[in-house]
Amino acid sequence: MSSVQAPQQTPRERHAVREVGLWRTVGALLRKELLVELRTLESVPAMSLFAVTTFVIFHFALNRGSVEGDLAGGILWVTLLFAAILGVNRLFVADADQGGFDGFLLAPVDRSAMFIAKLATLLAFLIVLEFVAVPAFAILLLGAPLGPALPGLVATLALGDLGVAVIGTLVAAMAVRTRARDLLGPLLALPLFVPIVIGGARATSPLLVTTHVVGVGGPQTRWLLTLGLYDLVFGLIAYALFDFLLED
Amino acid sequence: MPALEVEGLARHYGEREALSDVSLSLAEGQTLVVFGPNGAGKTTLLRVLATLLRPHAGDVRVLGSKLPEQAWAIRGHVGLLGHEPLLYRELTARENLRFHARLHGVEEQRVSEVLAAVAMGGRANEPLRTLSRGMVQRVAVARAVLHDPELLLLDEPNSNLDPAAVELVAPLIGAASGRTRVICSHDPTGGLAEADLVLGLRAGRPALLRTAAEVDRDDVAQLYR
Repeated sequence: MSSVQAPQQTPRERHAVREVGLWRTVGALLRKELLVELRTLESVPAMSLFAVTTFVIFHFALNRGSVEGDLAGGILWVTLLFAAILGVNRLFVADADQGGFDGFLLAPVDRSAMFIAKLATLLAFLIVLEFVAVPAFAILLLGAPLGPALPGLVATLALGDLGVAVIGTLVAAMAVRTRARDLLGPLLALPLFVPIVIGGARATSPLLVTTHVVGVGGPQTRWLLTLGLYDLVFGLIAYALFDFLLED
Repeated sequence: MPALEVEGLARHYGEREALSDVSLSLAEGQTLVVFGPNGAGKTTLLRVLATLLRPHAGDVRVLGSKLPEQAWAIRGHVGLLGHEPLLYRELTARENLRFHARLHGVEEQRVSEVLAAVAMGGRANEPLRTLSRGMVQRVAVARAVLHDPELLLLDEPNSNLDPAAVELVAPLIGAASGRTRVICSHDPTGGLAEADLVLGLRAGRPALLRTAAEVDRDDVAQLYR
């Protein structure tokens, strides 16, 4: 017991607070997020299962051997976004329900660390989701070969994921402290996701065709730039607003 | 310099007044015990002092810093033990405390020290959801003092603890800890024994504010009638 008793110092000396850097705080939060997800498996398996099930439903509902072009791009992006909503809805639940917000707010750390850590967490969830969903999409629905489209698809998915993660984190933080959080999250997020669906689907469609595989260039580059700009604008908005969302 | 200076504090939730016209001063190292029936505003007072809620009126200074403007200056100097343990159920006691240690810039060695101090070293690697409420409360005590806070805010700190556990955590959160403390309590005997100053709240308003020597059990009982 003696090891936890206070040494003979003045109260101020004894209780000196150490400053914790932003990235160290982000690291602590990210580690906690991933540990909680690994223990509960609440988000990623649900997101992946949802996406695969949706592709199966499309496979039978469309009553055709395969899809390509605009239809393929649309199905892929809409499915990924709805699957992402499941992750967005769960993003802050453990913090809200188990006092994690209060524990964080009592610490002498930069509030932005939580935004960065949550964004990185959602981004990681989306990447894992796509490792499952994209091959499933290729097997169940896609007529065109996926291999040649992969570099362009990865670039488009990366920019789309970043936008979804930024908006998802912002919206989840807004919704989680309300009583109707399960409803409010998707209602706020979906309209903001529309430009991502448009940009993502438009940039992806030319890649998912049987006759020719187009590399990244021309109109595709324009859509990728649009996605990038959207990510940047919402990234700045979210970074500026997030601290206020945590405050009383 | 007093550890707490509160003048005309008010706080409301929407239309409902949770605290109104609360004024007090508490010297460093002293203990304020707050009594009052459920819904009297005790927890709201603690959350305002912890910087988790903004005061809506009045002047509040905690450890010399004015709230809410200088709230950042006292974070890390305050330990809160509330109704919720502020711990993740899926993580082990050690993982939870390591997480809080990283947020407070506390050495990892301190985690083992506080776990040993609450006699949880042997169950430190089990998920919190598998532990009894009393054990979780002991881990919550360890979490509250992990960063050696100057001011402890304790909301019924002995709830869920058996008598042996109450004795166990006393060096950490009791008078012997030497910290300034604000304790919410429903126990007149235990509360008065701990108190230097007593605040009684009824419907968010102060109904009693005296030194502990001037208060007896009947005064406290009056608050609940």
